[in-house]
Amino acid sequence: MSACTSPSVPQADATTNAIAPYGTDGYNFAYLDERTKRMIRRAILKAVAIPGYQVPFGSREMPLPYGWGTGGIQVTAALIGPQDILKVIDQGSDDTVNAVNIRRFFQRTTGVRVTTRTVEATLIQTRHRIPETPLREGQILVYQVPVPEPMQRLEPREAETRTMHALAEYGLMHVKLYEDIARYGHIATTYDYPVRVNGRYLMAPSPIPKFDNPKMHMNPALQLFGAGREKRIYAVPPYTRVESLAFDDHPFTVQRWETACALCGATDSFLDEIITDDRGTRLHVCSDSDYCESRRAAHAQRAHHGGTPWTS
Amino acid sequence: MYVAVKGGETAILNSYRLLDAQRRGDSTIPALTVAQIREQLKLAVDRVMTEGSVYDPDLAALAIQQACGDLIEAIFLVRAYRATLPRLGYTLPLRTEQMTVTRRVSAIFKDVPGGQILGPTFDYTQRLLNFPLVDSEPPQPEPRVPAPASPQVSAPPDWVPRAVDWLNREGLIEHEPIPLNDPAPKDLTREPLRFPADRSTRLQNLARGDEGFLLAMAYSTQRGYAHSHPFAGEIRLGRVAIEIQPDELDFVLSIGDIEVTECDMVNQFAGSKDVPPQFTRGYGLAFGHCERKAMAMSLVDRALRAPELGESATSPAQQAEFVLSHSDSLEASGFVQHLKLPHYVDFQSELELVRRMRAQAVAGAQAIAHQEETGS
Repeated sequence: MSACTSPSVPQADATTNAIAPYGTDGYNFAYLDERTKRMIRRAILKAVAIPGYQVPFGSREMPLPYGWGTGGIQVTAALIGPQDILKVIDQGSDDTVNAVNIRRFFQRTTGVRVTTRTVEATLIQTRHRIPETPLREGQILVYQVPVPEPMQRLEPREAETRTMHALAEYGLMHVKLYEDIARYGHIATTYDYPVRVNGRYLMAPSPIPKFDNPKMHMNPALQLFGAGREKRIYAVPPYTRVESLAFDDHPFTVQRWETACALCGATDSFLDEIITDDRGTRLHVCSDSDYCESRRAAHAQRAHHGGTPWTS
Repeated sequence: MYVAVKGGETAILNSYRLLDAQRRGDSTIPALTVAQIREQLKLAVDRVMTEGSVYDPDLAALAIQQACGDLIEAIFLVRAYRATLPRLGYTLPLRTEQMTVTRRVSAIFKDVPGGQILGPTFDYTQRLLNFPLVDSEPPQPEPRVPAPASPQVSAPPDWVPRAVDWLNREGLIEHEPIPLNDPAPKDLTREPLRFPADRSTRLQNLARGDEGFLLAMAYSTQRGYAHSHPFAGEIRLGRVAIEIQPDELDFVLSIGDIEVTECDMVNQFAGSKDVPPQFTRGYGLAFGHCERKAMAMSLVDRALRAPELGESATSPAQQAEFVLSHSDSLEASGFVQHLKLPHYVDFQSELELVRRMRAQAVAGAQAIAHQEETGS
């Protein structure tokens, strides 16, 4: 639990349950029945035991569409308890419609406390980002995964890619990256950038920007990946090696911006580009809305105490 | 100054209200009831039951109403509900040869024991819009005209044997014996699809598969994308008993009837080293009256058997991973439509990459132009 609360950060909205359009009578806590949760937990345990390995599981048809986070939702539903504090983000933000919808789903079906604060959450479900604020031991980050197989675009047949994983034969991916370098002079993959977990399995980190890849390495939090449509779960246990593929003469690098966040002045966060008028004027702001708001709140507090803004 | 986008929650709640209004339409027109949909849009109900994998006309009708008539959305609603239902037990295999048929046609025999029964079908309607229906109550159906007595075929018996079974008497068509030890089929709603998939798993997938997708796949096999020479051995529609045998009883209980459409497709098979030439089968089964679906399913089933029959499998419809991984409307619709979700983080990464690559290209072109100018 964090001590630094800020009035500018919206707190859990308890009123949303009252305006739910359809009731949730007749459904279990967190929607899934307990047998299904057990099945998913078994898959999660196996995934944790074999970091980066895709464990097939009996993915259920959820009341949200496939491709919209059903894998992450099932993992979260299997783990969530009444004491948990849940944060849901999409593109780094708590306020995008899909994040709002998934958060509402868990509010309706569990009534747990929700938060937008990374430091406060015990469970964070995410799509496409890892929070900028470093995670700590005991937190669980649940990724929504559209395509769990990192080599699917290169070899669509699962029977083939399964064999490659079994043999740790990842030449296909190295050749793809090499061809990028031969053609463009650099690796032309900017998100869902393939990683090697614990020196063994090749893994899709889900479509996070490669900017976030280094955060996966030796992270104190448990990272779980759920792919509902493809019916796979995989995991990166705490303090596990996660290496982005690279070559000795072409080391892995991440995106950098020449500007700072226009709202909080951060120079170390992933920035979204926003077009602000019809002349194409552009503005860069943090994609992680909690990180941005926390920094602005800290500035405001410092300014109040006579400090200077724009220093972190 | 840009202000971070808030209000997603309000927007979602408002979209619910707008959707309700769209569903209701003009409120001076009486609202549809679930019973009306169940009784008067039977074929829509049947498709939702088939692809939703639940035999429950009331539930399917409710889903169709809630989905404003979008059948794939209705199938989604039914599936999501179905996923929460407990398994109380398993029925015995359906005995469709004991079906009480309301429709039964075979294209391979002019007449068969049990007769050809046209039943309710669009097949021989002339597709003319019935304009008077627009403004008035539809007329009551006319009474049936009794069929002229046929000299060869007596009135249909209680149940009619499958037409395809007559081919068996000469060994002309493959036998489908119950496999050794009659292994329990996989339950695709409880276990993920893995490859290679056995035939019962494939058929389960096809039964739940999207009708439009299967139709296109089946059609492709008729146009050279698979060596298929099909004949409709038999298509039958009717009611069959659902039977269970509880562990503690040594007899079978019938717990009710369901209506199903069954299709037996007969295909040529050139034979192999070990097997003389004979006909092979493709099979289709659907809840209710879903004839297009059952026929398409049987063609795709047969095409997917290519590897086990020693045929080359080069066409899309013969490749199990291609067909079975893309047949499910929920998976396909969800993933295609997820492109509506925000992707601006990934797009930002791509923007940065494309800008960098364009800058490199321009710089490269300038360098070449400079070299040419200076003649070096």
